[in-house]
Amino acid sequence: MTQTTVQLSPPPSAEGGAELVLSTRAKRRFAEIAAERAIEVLIYACGVSAILFVFGIFFFVFREGAPYVFGGDFKLGEFLFSTEWYPTSLGNPRYGVLSLIVGTFSVTALATFIAVPFGLGSAVFVSEFSGNKGRETLKIVIELLAAIPSVVWGFIGISVMNPVIQDVFHAPVGLNVLNGAVLLALMSVPIMVSIGEDALKAVPDSYREAALAMGATRWQMVYRVLIPAAKNGLLAAVLLGVGRAVGETMAVLMATGHAINIPHSVFDPVRTLTATIAAELGEASAGSPHYRVLFIIGILLFTITFIVNLTADLAIRGVRKR
Amino acid sequence: MRKGQNDMRTLFSSPPRLTAALALAAAIGVVGCNKGDTGGGAPASSGAATPGANTKKQSIQNIGSDTMVNLAQAWAEDYGKVVPGVSVEVSGGGSGVGIAALINGTAEIANSSRQIEPEEAEKAKKATGKDPKEFLVGYDGLAIYVHKDNPLNEIAVEDLSDIYREGGKIDTWTQVGVAKIPGAQNDKIIRVSRQNNSGTYHYFREVVVGKKADYKQGSLDMNGSKDVVELVSKTPGAIGFSGLGYATPAVKIVKVAKKKGEPAILPSNATVLDKTYPIARPLFMYTPGEPSENAKKFLDWILSDAGQKVVDKSGYVPLPKK
Repeated sequence: MTQTTVQLSPPPSAEGGAELVLSTRAKRRFAEIAAERAIEVLIYACGVSAILFVFGIFFFVFREGAPYVFGGDFKLGEFLFSTEWYPTSLGNPRYGVLSLIVGTFSVTALATFIAVPFGLGSAVFVSEFSGNKGRETLKIVIELLAAIPSVVWGFIGISVMNPVIQDVFHAPVGLNVLNGAVLLALMSVPIMVSIGEDALKAVPDSYREAALAMGATRWQMVYRVLIPAAKNGLLAAVLLGVGRAVGETMAVLMATGHAINIPHSVFDPVRTLTATIAAELGEASAGSPHYRVLFIIGILLFTITFIVNLTADLAIRGVRKR
Repeated sequence: MRKGQNDMRTLFSSPPRLTAALALAAAIGVVGCNKGDTGGGAPASSGAATPGANTKKQSIQNIGSDTMVNLAQAWAEDYGKVVPGVSVEVSGGGSGVGIAALINGTAEIANSSRQIEPEEAEKAKKATGKDPKEFLVGYDGLAIYVHKDNPLNEIAVEDLSDIYREGGKIDTWTQVGVAKIPGAQNDKIIRVSRQNNSGTYHYFREVVVGKKADYKQGSLDMNGSKDVVELVSKTPGAIGFSGLGYATPAVKIVKVAKKKGEPAILPSNATVLDKTYPIARPLFMYTPGEPSENAKKFLDWILSDAGQKVVDKSGYVPLPKK
């Protein structure tokens, strides 16, 4: 009896098992659909959040700066065209940022001047001349260069570049435009190489084949065919490098000498807009004119980087259309 | 290939934006904090002061003056050996930061290299309901540093003022009687100063530059006491001011005369205490109202012989023995 029951019992249990499998399958399908929906919503939220963050940031920066802009004491002409930056003066506070604007632009311009030949040169080399192994190695090393934190660059500026610049160029101070510019150049080269290389890669191989078939040397092919064909992408590469240089703070704070000064040579110390915010915002009491003006500088920086990035985007869009 | 290019573009165009976004987000973080603070933010460290929490290690939050940060750290270390159950957590940022922390209740003890201003005391009373209590814990001589190869031995306060003051007439070493500094590239005096919200900057302005005066622009504004000495030690043509405790063998401390014709005095414990050295200041610690039991024990220890020995060892000037 016990044996028969044992023999008999499996079929019903198997049936029940089948029902169970069916129901779990249905449940799993429902769970899968729900999970998929949830993930869709999550991804959508992530996508939208980027826009929200940008507008949120702009809103907050503007909100902190605006009361002073519209408060009546703010003179745009003096702000933009006066070199006198005395935010904590007891008798006569003045908020002119011309020296800081000139400081930012001088360091950025020199950095771009140094970085463009290196950046685009190595982009051409990586994309056109190096072998497969060399290319991979170079790309990894260049990416490593991009991964160095800016405070480390600043430290190199103070401890390595400072004495070198004094010895080599006989500059009275080693912390100056040149020091900051070399660091910024090193920081923006990786961006120029990556984007520049992609721009060159995007030129169809038929262009290369045609040029070589016409009897051009490899250099003539690069110079006459590839660079003109990829010029928008290369321009974007340069501009994004510039955007990096304008916004950089820590390295320039440490390496440029942080002196309010219209530079007369590359060996003069300067101070940049970003470094001023970094050095002074921490102790400016909230709501004071000094604090508000620092946020107005933030708006100014926002505008500058926005214009640079927009130009770069438009340049790339030019590439895509063709 | 096209697709790859686009992917790379988005990948690499993000860093500048990301950096900008992060910088701004950090700025907003500051705003957010300040907003909370002015609203009478909850004292974050109140838990540490509650009696009966003896089971876990207690901590005292000690925030403030950069000038005092080395000293405060030395105190904290030695106190940890004397009273193992209590840890003192020291952070710098400047006297202004310390007093702000006192006002919003995040510091149990605030370090300040200047006396609290009446408005600040008022604010603290409003926020915490108690008058901040002042403890004089030592003195600091502000030393005038030049490069070790500079033949300058003494200087008068008026000359220092003419070097640093807006409109001051002294710009070259010849004007203060130094014909040639070995290793310097030119005759120009390279002024090293502090960022415009540091306690040292305010104190030097009040005592040396002139009460209502402003600094001459173009000085290299360093973000820390140590950075000033560091830069002067590497720049032959530089002059700078910083705490006496930051002296290194690579720099030279110059004697200072109160007026031209009066004897020049080298800063030392004796000359700071008898007030013959003209640029010396008291160092304070503040507590919101009466100190908590732990803070009181710590302050008593600081004022004891053991605590004052640490002051001497750290390069500051201990209180006179009673």
